[in-house]
Amino acid sequence: MGKILEVNGPLVKLELPETVIGEQVRVGRIGLVGEVIGRDGETALAQLYEDTAGLKPGEVAEGLGWPLSVELGPGLLNAIFDGVQRPLNAVWEQSGDRIARGVAVPSLPRDKRWHFVPDPHRRAETPLAGGDVLGTVQETESILHRILTPPLVHGELLELAPEGDYTVDEVIGRVKRHDGRIEKLHLFHRWPVRTPRPFKHRDHAVKPLITGQRILDTFYPLLKGGKAAIPGPFGAGKTMLQQQIARWCNAEIVIYVGCGERGNELTDVLEFMPELKDPHTGRPLMERTLLVANTSNMPVVAREASIYVGITLAEYFRDQGYDVVMVADSTSRWAEALREVAGRLGQMPVEEGYPAYLGSRLAAFYERAGRVETLSGDHGSVTLIGAVSPPGGDFSEPVTSHTKEIIQTFWALSKELADARHYPAVDWLESFSGYVPSAAKWWAENVDPGWETARAEALDLLAESEELQRIVNLVGVEALSSEQRWTLESAGLIKEGLLQQAATDDTDSFASPEKQYALLAALLEIHRQGMKLVKLGASARRLIQMPLLAQARRWKSQHKSEDLAALKDKIARIPAEFEQIALDYAQSGPAA
Amino acid sequence: MKNIEFRTATSAQGGLIVMAGVPGVAAGSRVQIKDHAGNLRNGLVIRSADDAVLVEVFEGTDELDLERTWVRFLDEPFRLPVSRDILGRVFNGAGLARDGRPPIISADRRDVNGEPLNPAARAYPREFIQTGISAIDGMNSLTRGQKLPVFSGGGLPHNRVAAQIVRQAKLLGEESSEFVVVFAAFGASHADARFFQESFEESGVLNKVVMFLNLADEPVIERLLTPRAALTAAEYLAFDLDYHVLVVMTDMTAYAEALREVAVLRGDVPARKGYPGYLYSDLAEIYERAGRIKNRRGSITLIPVLSMPSDDITHPIPDLTGYITEGQIVLGRELSNQGVYPPVSVLPSLSRLMKDGIGKNFTREDHPHVASQLFASYAKALEVRGLAAIIGAEELSDADRRYLRFAEAFERRFIGQGEDEDRSVFETLNIAWDLLSMLPPEALIRVSEEELAKYHKGGVGSV
Ligand SMILES: Nc1ncnc2c1ncn2[C@@H]1O[C@H](COP(=O)(O)OP(=O)(O)O)[C@@H](O)[C@H]1O
Ligand SMILES: [Mg+2]
Repeated sequence: MGKILEVNGPLVKLELPETVIGEQVRVGRIGLVGEVIGRDGETALAQLYEDTAGLKPGEVAEGLGWPLSVELGPGLLNAIFDGVQRPLNAVWEQSGDRIARGVAVPSLPRDKRWHFVPDPHRRAETPLAGGDVLGTVQETESILHRILTPPLVHGELLELAPEGDYTVDEVIGRVKRHDGRIEKLHLFHRWPVRTPRPFKHRDHAVKPLITGQRILDTFYPLLKGGKAAIPGPFGAGKTMLQQQIARWCNAEIVIYVGCGERGNELTDVLEFMPELKDPHTGRPLMERTLLVANTSNMPVVAREASIYVGITLAEYFRDQGYDVVMVADSTSRWAEALREVAGRLGQMPVEEGYPAYLGSRLAAFYERAGRVETLSGDHGSVTLIGAVSPPGGDFSEPVTSHTKEIIQTFWALSKELADARHYPAVDWLESFSGYVPSAAKWWAENVDPGWETARAEALDLLAESEELQRIVNLVGVEALSSEQRWTLESAGLIKEGLLQQAATDDTDSFASPEKQYALLAALLEIHRQGMKLVKLGASARRLIQMPLLAQARRWKSQHKSEDLAALKDKIARIPAEFEQIALDYAQSGPAA
Repeated sequence: MKNIEFRTATSAQGGLIVMAGVPGVAAGSRVQIKDHAGNLRNGLVIRSADDAVLVEVFEGTDELDLERTWVRFLDEPFRLPVSRDILGRVFNGAGLARDGRPPIISADRRDVNGEPLNPAARAYPREFIQTGISAIDGMNSLTRGQKLPVFSGGGLPHNRVAAQIVRQAKLLGEESSEFVVVFAAFGASHADARFFQESFEESGVLNKVVMFLNLADEPVIERLLTPRAALTAAEYLAFDLDYHVLVVMTDMTAYAEALREVAVLRGDVPARKGYPGYLYSDLAEIYERAGRIKNRRGSITLIPVLSMPSDDITHPIPDLTGYITEGQIVLGRELSNQGVYPPVSVLPSLSRLMKDGIGKNFTREDHPHVASQLFASYAKALEVRGLAAIIGAEELSDADRRYLRFAEAFERRFIGQGEDEDRSVFETLNIAWDLLSMLPPEALIRVSEEELAKYHKGGVGSV
């Protein structure tokens, strides 16, 4: 037992000789929990996960002997945890609407019995290695929870429980470790959040993560196992985009980390997820989702931890062979929490108050994404998507610029687009993806071999129109040639008919790859047909008045992904529309 | 401990005093300081160790004579006594009566810092509040339980806009407002405070208003307490007494400046423009107290007013606020100079909760699309206006000239309205359609074809 020497905001100085850095401590009469972040002789410096008001020098303090860890086992899905994995629904039952300090509730429910089916290949008296599957629990209708041997446990399986109902505390097996110690196995195990979970080796990411958002999937794809960032000023649509991804993406598990953001946004997710169906499995989305929430009004230190809690949960499902997506909203709040603690520790700030290790911490965090071969020989992936909230929307600030170096897919949100309510406000010039070649292979094999060229053609068109717009803004549209005017018009068509995709539009909120490609090809077809006529001398002014252009802008909202037949009919009729104009020309000459 | 007076201050400087030899003082505890003249000052323990306790003094440390300064540690946080009787009362920034009437006596005294609301306990705000102001109701609507700040600048009519919202806010279909109002002013001028007081008086709601005033010439550090005291009162009214509470706070910039002042004294590492890195979390502790709670009837709707230094929306105060609140109503100088009231700059304005509180079953089925179309058309119109400024309006195409006229009419007829004009949301939508009818139907992609058929006045340029 030690005692408190000093209280300074979330930091406490303790007389606690035996503890090590990273160790959990319990402090004061109300039992606030925190972790040791510094040592000096007999004293330890700890940051606490809860508000320190009322703590007094002289009160007790004790080391708990383990680092910040999470409980991994059945009961995770469908739940909402705080930044140190306290289940917020259980906390609510225990302490009411407001989170009282010092509430201790186990992360996984202790009274619930899970139906455990042992793996038929596991036999007593055979070797058992860390990560091996012991059996399964059907946790939700869509997710089979594989019960894993803790990664560091190796030895001989002495016994494994028969099929039956067990709580997470009951012993379901025993292992004799190589050193002779006997280890009990449960439906769950603990893992320290700041240590990446081990795997056999990294695999190449190969398949795109389909999000149903055209500007993402078609233009700036992300792979399962990849890392992406969504920077943008406030109100640009970071949260909505992440929520759209959480809703519609074809991952098997989604982990939504609300890190230092709004309480109502989590309420929103908690309310809509149970009502929506996974477009890929037809099951309620909540069955595959879990939330980690440290909202902006919750203590800062737990905010820093919440990101690690989230990624550890993600790795755990990856180790079961699942494709997991973790969205973190917002990594900037995590970095700020880091900055705050560094400041109180008196560490030297380098840029905008951030400590020198900001970049390496960010890199180490994103490094936990990836597609791997698991310890048990399965394949799983963690895809990481972090929102970044640059002060004043300035992308040159430290968190954005470091993140940009680390990730492969960059979905840059623009204030101008958001102001004009062009959603998703992903800037098609600023954004990039390093995964296009891999994605192209998938699109070619699964949707259409023309994907890569069509994508490039559309992007060229958009880039060219940007140049043209600059000219127009200086001297007016009359200065453009007919070809240029048509290019401008086609780019407008692509922006409105393809890139804009309202999350609130029931028909278009999710677009299947087939629908995405059909629209892309159709709009490009309109562009090419028109260009052909313009080159023959038709006036762009005339073409711009074609009703087809207004109609094509509505197609996305008129045709559901499941029913593209009518859309394909309309697309098939595009050449005919232009032929009519061509005929007019042939009859009356270019003067028409 | 509560009853012992210590005379062990070892230093006093710019609002902070250091006390020696006071072991076991609780962090965050309230402190009472008696100076040589016998006057009481208030303080808060911000760092506590056995050999030195750091105390922040709200009234400042000017003229403190260490030899003759007596300090008592009250061993509790700042608390606000609450009871039904707070309605109709005026308090100072620390929650003491300043209206000459007796203090509030109540056994129910609440820690002004509150405790974080469990996200699992929140209920999502969905009920549309009609403010009677088209720029808000039509395009950036307010919802019961939302936090929606007004971003303004010196000389802009933010007070009048806030007062108009308070006067007119009601749920759809209700005759009059059901809200009680908590009004907090910090760093405000006497004139501002009087303006609000008179506005409440005129609309006869004074007995439904609680005021917390810390005026421009009053202790700066007390401002750190004022919004917290006000929200403690609001929480009590909303979640204990079931009221729907509208909280108006002005000016958040004065609050943030007070916070910076203290941060500098403490030696905290600055992040941007000298503001401490924790400004975000600190503001969030305030703003996030708005909302709704499952199984509770009341609600807190929060309208903080802040002036953007140099009209700069990227300044840390509006920036961090925008990152926390559920949108923002931005007032624009240009519109104001043109005599448009309320000068709401709609493009940078936003209501994040609008999408869940309008449309069929809430306002009218065409509302979401109309709003989106207005944004798109007005954004396009402003582009055209920019172009016209360069090449001259004569050089514009017919289509573009139509947009110019649209922008003009939109600003005069939709955004602009009287300070006493209380438009229903249906009137607002009808005006919107009048304006959209100035544009050809083919240019209105964001409304559906059915809506066009039903509401578009058909003829191009019909207005
Ligand atoms: N894809 C979208 N579709 C429709 N509306 C959107 C979309 N993205 C953003 N919005 C609108 O913009 C608002 C702000 O978006 P949000 O994601 O909360 O921004 P940020 O997280 O960047 O501050 C939302 O409340 C919504 O009204
Ligand atoms: Mg957000």
